Amino acid sequence: MQEYTLADAYEVSARDYATAGDASAAIKRKLKQLGVDSAVLRRIAVSSYEAELNMIIHSLGGTLSMTMTPSEIRLLSADIGPGIPDIEQALQEGFSTAGEEARNLGFGAGMGLPNMKRNADEFNIQSEVGKGTQIRMLFHL
Amino acid sequence: MKISELATLLDATIVTKNSASDTEISCGYACDLLSWVLAHGQKGMAWTTVQTHVNVVAVAVLMEMACVILAEGNHLEPASLAKAEEEGLAVLETEMTAYDICGRMAAAGVAPSAR
Ligand SMILES: Nc1ncnc2c1ncn2[C@@H]1O[C@H](COP(=O)(O)OP(=O)(O)O)[C@@H](O)[C@H]1O
Ligand SMILES: [Mg+2]
Repeated sequence: MQEYTLADAYEVSARDYATAGDASAAIKRKLKQLGVDSAVLRRIAVSSYEAELNMIIHSLGGTLSMTMTPSEIRLLSADIGPGIPDIEQALQEGFSTAGEEARNLGFGAGMGLPNMKRNADEFNIQSEVGKGTQIRMLFHL
Repeated sequence: MKISELATLLDATIVTKNSASDTEISCGYACDLLSWVLAHGQKGMAWTTVQTHVNVVAVAVLMEMACVILAEGNHLEPASLAKAEEEGLAVLETEMTAYDICGRMAAAGVAPSAR
């Protein structure tokens, strides 16, 4: 079994646009200090930011966590609802249910999930309506 | 091109105090939708937008951009300015439109963003 070199978790609050991106910035700062390659770091930064913002925009709150081993980095976004009724539709570029407030800030382009999928080496999404959404992403080092 | 030269090119004011104005710009981009900006974001980028809220700074810093250019006379919100200065991100403000900004940058040889 591989030993974890780092494990970190950040609470993400619904609708908190003032501190949006802080969790992703903290994760990126740590990984950069650890000397993670800048191209991988960029892909992780895009993916974690999109996942974090989705929890702020669409969920009732959740946690963004990161684990790192010598060979890989995993991101987990887990929230407490409302869940996604049609995941296939949600994954389509341009599909968004973001409200007025989010759209006015430049969010809600419907590119968040596609951006995550494109940037992660492995991408897995599970969601249950009324329960919550979990997104798992893996990045090889 | 350095940020200070870009400011001259765009008749822009660098509104952030203590930001490094001799940083080299790697490429240019314009968009107001943050997911698109993330998809294109590059280290050293000069990003043009009309958005002025604090998430603009968060995205620019996350992507290690050289600077943000606010078009059409828009001003950074006070909280955004404070965060930009704290993070050492340069922000330029100009009366020019995004179209004119990109036109001048392209004519001056600034590269487009690589996807
Ligand atoms: N954590 C989440 N909780 C509930 N719904 C979500 C969540 N993440 C994404 N969604 C749904 O999937 C859609 C597409 O997400 P995304 O591609 O990030 O685009 P956007 O955030 O711009 O709407 C959202 O509009 C929303 O309906
Ligand atoms: Mg999104």
